Amino acid sequence: MLKKERKTGLIFFPAFDWAISPTHPEREERLLYTQDQVFEEGLLDFDNIIEFKPEIATDDDVRCVHICVPHVKSVITDSHLVSAGGAITAAEKVMKGEVDNAFALVRPPGHHAMLVVHGARGFCNVNIEAIMIEYIRKHYGPRRVAIVDTDCHHGDGTQDIYWNDPHTLCISVHQDGRTLYPGTGFHREFGGPNALGTTINIPLPPRTSDEGFLYILDHVILPILDEFKPDLIINSAGQDNHYSDPITDMYFTAQGYALLNDRLSPHIAVLEGGYSIEKALPYVNVGIILAMAGLDYSHVREPDYDPLTLRQSDEISRYIEKEAAEIYTLWKRRDSMREELIGNAEYIRRKKPIYYDTDSIREQQEEIVRVCNDCGGLVTIDSVADTGNRIFAVIIPGQSCPVCRASGEEMYAGTGKDRYNYVYFQDRDRDIFLVK
Amino acid sequence: MIVWSDMMILGIDVGGTHTDAVLIENFMVKEKAKVITNERDLLDSLWKVTDDLLKKEDPERLERVVLSTTISTNAIVQEKTDRVGMILVNGPGLPPSLLRINEDCHFISGYVNHRGIEIAGIDRNSVSRIGKCFKRDGIDHCGIVGKFSPRNPHQEIELQKIINAHVRHVSLGHRMSGHLNFPRRIATTFLNEAIREIYSNFVKQVSNLMHLRNISVPIYILKADGGTFDITLSGEFPVQTILSGPAASIMGILGMVPGRDDAIALDIGGTTTDIAIFAHGVPLLEALGVTIFGHKTLIRGLRIKSIGVGGDSRIRCEDGKIIIGPEREGPAAAFGGPFPTPTDAMIILGLTSIGERVRAKEAFLPVARKMHCSVLEAAKTIFEQTCEKIASACLDEIEAINNKPVYTIHEILEGRKLKPKILYVVGGPARPMAFRLGELVDCPVYIPEHAEVANAIGAALARTTAEMTILADTEQGILVIGEEGDRIPIAPRFTREDAIRIGKERLRERAIKMGAREEDLEIEVTEDQEFNMVKGFSTAGKNIRVKVQVKPGLIASLRMGV
Repeated sequence: MLKKERKTGLIFFPAFDWAISPTHPEREERLLYTQDQVFEEGLLDFDNIIEFKPEIATDDDVRCVHICVPHVKSVITDSHLVSAGGAITAAEKVMKGEVDNAFALVRPPGHHAMLVVHGARGFCNVNIEAIMIEYIRKHYGPRRVAIVDTDCHHGDGTQDIYWNDPHTLCISVHQDGRTLYPGTGFHREFGGPNALGTTINIPLPPRTSDEGFLYILDHVILPILDEFKPDLIINSAGQDNHYSDPITDMYFTAQGYALLNDRLSPHIAVLEGGYSIEKALPYVNVGIILAMAGLDYSHVREPDYDPLTLRQSDEISRYIEKEAAEIYTLWKRRDSMREELIGNAEYIRRKKPIYYDTDSIREQQEEIVRVCNDCGGLVTIDSVADTGNRIFAVIIPGQSCPVCRASGEEMYAGTGKDRYNYVYFQDRDRDIFLVK
Repeated sequence: MIVWSDMMILGIDVGGTHTDAVLIENFMVKEKAKVITNERDLLDSLWKVTDDLLKKEDPERLERVVLSTTISTNAIVQEKTDRVGMILVNGPGLPPSLLRINEDCHFISGYVNHRGIEIAGIDRNSVSRIGKCFKRDGIDHCGIVGKFSPRNPHQEIELQKIINAHVRHVSLGHRMSGHLNFPRRIATTFLNEAIREIYSNFVKQVSNLMHLRNISVPIYILKADGGTFDITLSGEFPVQTILSGPAASIMGILGMVPGRDDAIALDIGGTTTDIAIFAHGVPLLEALGVTIFGHKTLIRGLRIKSIGVGGDSRIRCEDGKIIIGPEREGPAAAFGGPFPTPTDAMIILGLTSIGERVRAKEAFLPVARKMHCSVLEAAKTIFEQTCEKIASACLDEIEAINNKPVYTIHEILEGRKLKPKILYVVGGPARPMAFRLGELVDCPVYIPEHAEVANAIGAALARTTAEMTILADTEQGILVIGEEGDRIPIAPRFTREDAIRIGKERLRERAIKMGAREEDLEIEVTEDQEFNMVKGFSTAGKNIRVKVQVKPGLIASLRMGV
């Protein structure tokens, strides 16, 4: 197998001194065997694989994405800033052209962290991909970005953050939400009124194997990417679709991950979940690194790999073919669907309950979006959590139109603190963040 | 601890150009000698310097002889090596095409995983077949390397038992180093076997020579990490002796300077300049191992950056741009060389009074003409650029060290930054260049006495070094000592303190076997980690990782002096 070698940046940060709790899956040991395997394979000795030390992200970087309640320091630890910083370093190296692509093999993960953060959910506090993407936009100008989330769990945090952003395409492939946390990620979740179709969910049945994943890649993801024409492709590279993962039920393999990564060719990959720390992560990560660097990954497989037991049933294959066709049709109909959805409305309201499983917090949220043909639309969020905090947030989207901006500024000025503990104003274009 | 004694140490560095030797007595350089190295017969050079130094001395007063030699390095660089048959238990991962180190590589089934658990067995029949092939092809040397063999050497050892019948000598991967890196382990094992024959002959000849001189004291050989080991043991691990020459000079500097600060050490030679960094007065080691002739290895070695700028570097002026080095075409023009060099520039500027100034000036005329300036100005520019090149390489090196990735939150937040407080310079152009170099790297400078034989002093004073890698897995109930190939049963209560204690004890034994003296065993823990291994949601055991080493340094009785 002869391929064109690529220069790949690797930001490896296993955070060997950080855990959610001593026996929690997200603990010190998680990347230990991955480190062993990467070292033993000698991957860092290849001239086209370059390791970089992660930067530390700042509170400002976090505020470009999140409304942290009451403030950034209250919901994160230093480890989150290093992990987000690792993703930022990966982006910096790619944007400056020092490498062709980069892999942030960092923890803790972030794709369940939503726009408003009252605490940790799904082992995530802040969304490290979103922090990285907004960092890129702040320092390198507006970019069309596609996130392909291949974690086994629905990337509901990333979806929430970019729900109303027509410039960010979020595709999440995951085990069917009826069978796994967080229980969301169905076809009908398709994006906000001004960004319909830039949220794509592809739930897969349990026991889907390499064949099913690659079918979805070839028949849905790659065609949609072709039409969306992103400047950057980001892979949220969760590794819990692996057949040995203890908390999911899929049949994906290290070889499958490498093939997927090779065909997707992301500019940046960021590790998300994946808790089969001995049997999957070492091999999956070696596969991804080799694939990104354009090196021969055909010999990467798990020592206990058995193709016969990992075959998906014909029934699953047929189901996936049908599903692929349905999703692609939805994508094609997105403009006419938007007209049906909006009708004559000027604002669209969305109410949602959010549960923070890691921190046991319940939140009720009401999000209102201004229907707008010129930008992602002004967003306001009224959120109350059982921590006792009730907040109101005004969010001016990136590349906003003057009308949305003006009404947002007016809204912030006119909202008093009588009903809210805090009132926030986030302006992604002008990099302004205010609290009262 | 200062031990006064009237015993003497003989230190010899057989370098590419010169062979240097010193006789050290009571912290003092008593005698020194320098001869041109006879490349075709290193023994001849050795004979000459010992002759020079010992003619007035009583060999009975010698306490030890330490030798640094280029024999291994030369054998590799000049490809005077033996054919080696390699047997690799590669398992899944990198494809064989990226692991094939030579044409005699055989890949066989078998696999040990990252925890040292045997997942797939070896195919004994295929090994016998390979052995017969070796015999048929006249291959006497064999290297056996398995993936993760430092975690469990069983398969390598089993293979050796089968292959022993077919070849003269076998090197096993896990004996080379406890570090994880399969491609480097392959390269290291291959080189060890490839130079074994030529090196063993050298050892025999040295022993004979010493015998003829009535020298019966221990003889030590310098390694790439600036430490020594007993010459008899060195025959099993000849690969450890590569690149000991640059290490000798750096250890020499260490022996001749005061202080325990962060520092830059420079050895400015004719062709190249070697840069080493001291952290708190201890020379830094390569993270994984040294690189030789394109082979990345697991050989523990001082972190020495070599750049192609030296006193005799050829100077050219092309398209208005000055190019210094990297080649050396002979000595400086002032000494009859064919081209202008930085040394000539220093002579013209009056920074040194060696050589013939007229010749230096003559050689500089065409350069000055191309640069549209006077000879003096041209010399100034060249001198400045030479200094700048070296200084910027030093600063790059420090930045690279400070940007080295770390893997804990603690290290990333608290990480100590290296900040050199002093610049040490040895080598021919040390005196004329030191001041300007110091200005450029913003450090005071220090030129040690006897700088011209720093390498021989380094060899004489180096202590025996060793390292040891301990992995304890309480779930499996096993402790593994990578370098020794030992697997010892342990109790579930085994702790990190136990691992450190056992590591230190075993390292002490190993170092003594290698020739160390009790008083030189400055042992430190270089890695110390403990992880909970969890099955489901409860702790199943601990994974404890400890590395201990004898710090690179000087023998105790001389550390304070010289």
